[in-house]
Amino acid sequence: MTQQTDPAESPAPPTGGDLVRRHGLVTRVWHWLNALVVVIMLMSGLMIFNAHPRLYWGHYGANADPAWLDLEKVNRGIPFPGWITIPSDYSLADARLWHLAFAWLLATALIGYLLWALLSGRLRRELAPRLAELAPRHVWHDIRQHARLRFPTGAAALRYNVLQKLAYSAVLLVLLPGIVLTGLGMSPGMDAAWPWLVDLFGGRQSARSLHFLCAFALVGFFVVHIAMVVLAGPLNELRAIITGWYRLPPEREDQP
Amino acid sequence: MTLSRRKLIGIGAAGAGGLLLGGCDRLNDSPGFRQGLASAEGLTLRAQRLLMGDALAREFSEREMSPSFRVNGNARVEDSGYRRALASGFAGWTLKVDGLVQRPLAFSLEALKALPQRRQITRHDCVEGWSAIGQWQGPQLGPILAAAGLLPDARYVVFHCADRFGETPYYESIDLIDAFHPQTILAWAMNGAPLSEGHGAPLRLRVERQLGYKQAKFVMRIELRATLAGLYGGKGGYWEDHSGYQWYAGI
Repeated sequence: MTQQTDPAESPAPPTGGDLVRRHGLVTRVWHWLNALVVVIMLMSGLMIFNAHPRLYWGHYGANADPAWLDLEKVNRGIPFPGWITIPSDYSLADARLWHLAFAWLLATALIGYLLWALLSGRLRRELAPRLAELAPRHVWHDIRQHARLRFPTGAAALRYNVLQKLAYSAVLLVLLPGIVLTGLGMSPGMDAAWPWLVDLFGGRQSARSLHFLCAFALVGFFVVHIAMVVLAGPLNELRAIITGWYRLPPEREDQP
Repeated sequence: MTLSRRKLIGIGAAGAGGLLLGGCDRLNDSPGFRQGLASAEGLTLRAQRLLMGDALAREFSEREMSPSFRVNGNARVEDSGYRRALASGFAGWTLKVDGLVQRPLAFSLEALKALPQRRQITRHDCVEGWSAIGQWQGPQLGPILAAAGLLPDARYVVFHCADRFGETPYYESIDLIDAFHPQTILAWAMNGAPLSEGHGAPLRLRVERQLGYKQAKFVMRIELRATLAGLYGGKGGYWEDHSGYQWYAGI
């Protein structure tokens, strides 16, 4: 076994092949809790969507109004099949029971994690891209490297690259808060309490459309995320997000 | 070694997926788990009440109204007494207010129209996800309850309706906070005309900070109660009893 190094304590910088501390306990617990809750929210949410498989923009929208997405003709009006919904058999009431309970978990865990990430400085240290990283040349270089499946190795793998930073920031700061807020924007009670929230999204039906779009953006993230984990070495990546320890990929010979 | 580990992960992932689906359906049928999920309703109620106080639901202008307002739930009432009343323009019909009140009252449609009126253009949000904006007019519920005089034990206002699903009559209930909210009215007019049968003639509850299934149509009798237990399924409304929809429908 190679030496175990904590970059914060160790005087010598770790190199490829070393086991390093990658994810703190808070991050790991939140990651898995959030993963479970998001899957439940998606599956119960798809059942709720089945109850009225049309989406509109603006304040109102019902069957006689123009819809920008209409899946009523799909699968006899139940577009999302039982294997991907909670519960499997059609029940709007049961899906709401799950969705509105797990929504509390999603929102409180997210608020807690965001506060922790902000106050501990991790959000700035680990996720905020440096100015140089945002230069189009640098971003383009990273995109090309990713497309060729050449991921950072050695000490460069200690930090997130700019594409990771942008993807994780988008999920943490835009999509997850967005899905909670658009969810609240559909609530008639919140409409009375926080009318500005509904205005922010342009009406209740717009909030419902954006809720759906956020959900599918998260599905898109999930697909890419899993693909990257598999391509980057699933056992090492899983160990990192379960135990916190990550083995730095050895430096490639053709790389300085 | 690597292959078997990979296989193991593959089997694990497929197993987890299957377990998740099957497990969710089993959990969905477990009374204890359902009770746990349902406890979120009380949390939502308290959180929303804290945030909204007595704030009004948004009101819209006439040009923001839906061009057509979808009829939902029961569009027709079969009861023969109701059909006779409908045919006569509800001439001899009365709304009864009873239960835990000092003075049980009965109001004719004319008497309800003679009370101070509130007119509001609001958004109706169905639990299924669609919304329609319409104009409603009628007396506020609060002064009617005050006229009857609530007894100290009165906690819930129950709306008994003329429509039925099979043998089961429709009913709904709200608590006193929503009952005395200024936008809670007994609407007899919609979009400037008396209510059509499809929209709940002669009288429909509007409780604007909750979802559509709380907006009881064909209201015949208002009963003040100390508890919802012992009334039909005990959960305070037809959809609550029948399918397990939340009694508090603020979200």
